[in-house]
Amino acid sequence: MTYLLLAYEFFKAGLFAIGGGLATLPYLMEMSQNHPTWFTLDELMNMIAVSESTPGPLGVNMASYVGFHVGGVLGAAVATFSLVLPSYLTVLIVIRILNRFRTSRIVNGGMEALRPAVTGLIAAAGFSVFWSSIYREVAGNMQFQWIAFLLFLCFFTTMQLKPLRKLHPLVYIAAGAVLGIVLQL
Amino acid sequence: MKELFDLFYSFMLIGVFTFGGGFAMLPMLTREIVDKHHWATDEELLDYFAIGQCTPGVIAVNTATFIGYRRHGALGAAVATLGVVLPSFIIIVLIATFLSNFMQIAWISNAFAGIRIAVCALIVSTVLKLFKTNANTWQKALIAILAFVCVALLRLSPIYVTLAFLVFGAFFFGRRRSV
Repeated sequence: MTYLLLAYEFFKAGLFAIGGGLATLPYLMEMSQNHPTWFTLDELMNMIAVSESTPGPLGVNMASYVGFHVGGVLGAAVATFSLVLPSYLTVLIVIRILNRFRTSRIVNGGMEALRPAVTGLIAAAGFSVFWSSIYREVAGNMQFQWIAFLLFLCFFTTMQLKPLRKLHPLVYIAAGAVLGIVLQL
Repeated sequence: MKELFDLFYSFMLIGVFTFGGGFAMLPMLTREIVDKHHWATDEELLDYFAIGQCTPGVIAVNTATFIGYRRHGALGAAVATLGVVLPSFIIIVLIATFLSNFMQIAWISNAFAGIRIAVCALIVSTVLKLFKTNANTWQKALIAILAFVCVALLRLSPIYVTLAFLVFGAFFFGRRRSV
């Protein structure tokens, strides 16, 4: 029964959370109210912290974590599958619709404005990660992180250099991990 | 069969090395999907992101489903989606089982802080590249800057910003000559 409820709750979150990972948050909060035995708000905050710092899409991480917390590995599988299913089905439908309107000038015009808009949105996402990395709470005070800021500049400059531009992003991610440990960020 | 495996493997890599939510996977996506396999162009990736933004669900999953479907129909979509989801699932289950105090371990949180900075720099580099190709007229550059300001500074919801520009573009670009 718990598994059915999990499936229902996460299918709902997947269907109505529009706009990516953090959009599932209100649904998770509602879950902790509707099913007090599943997890408390404090536990949810911990799960969000872990989900935000581990790799993978945020929404999927949270579904796996909450599902595991409620019903073990099977619970995690049920929650994740239920969260993903609405996305999957919607995209299949959207592709059908787009194919039908591919030659429409109105639709193409809309898409043409969307590309630069989404570029701006991605920049905004990068900016929020940037801001939270260089301006961070240390021992109760918000502090500007000089080392983090310099490291960012170094990385960014390196990426603009011709011979290094083709390096796989993984190289930089690995370098980030090593430097993070060495510099004790 | 080979391509199904490639789809799974590429999206698994993307799933393992995406830190910080859907948009952060753009540099990995560009490398694996555009540069390496030529499964989509930069413009198409942006289209998928835009659609992912205003359809339900996790953006990473929406993008995986889109590209998988284009290459190999519903099966390709399922394989790519499984690929992007599986690493999260495994990593979270391992952490939840063995490391309840995961983020309190000093070297792990240091490593993640370093990774986040690398990811920021990667995102900014990718955004610059996209800006050059997709905001090549002053109108479009203005759209990109406005969208950034609305979300990063005014904290408006990205969904409404996306929808607003979709409608604006349909009227503004749609009525004019085809481009």
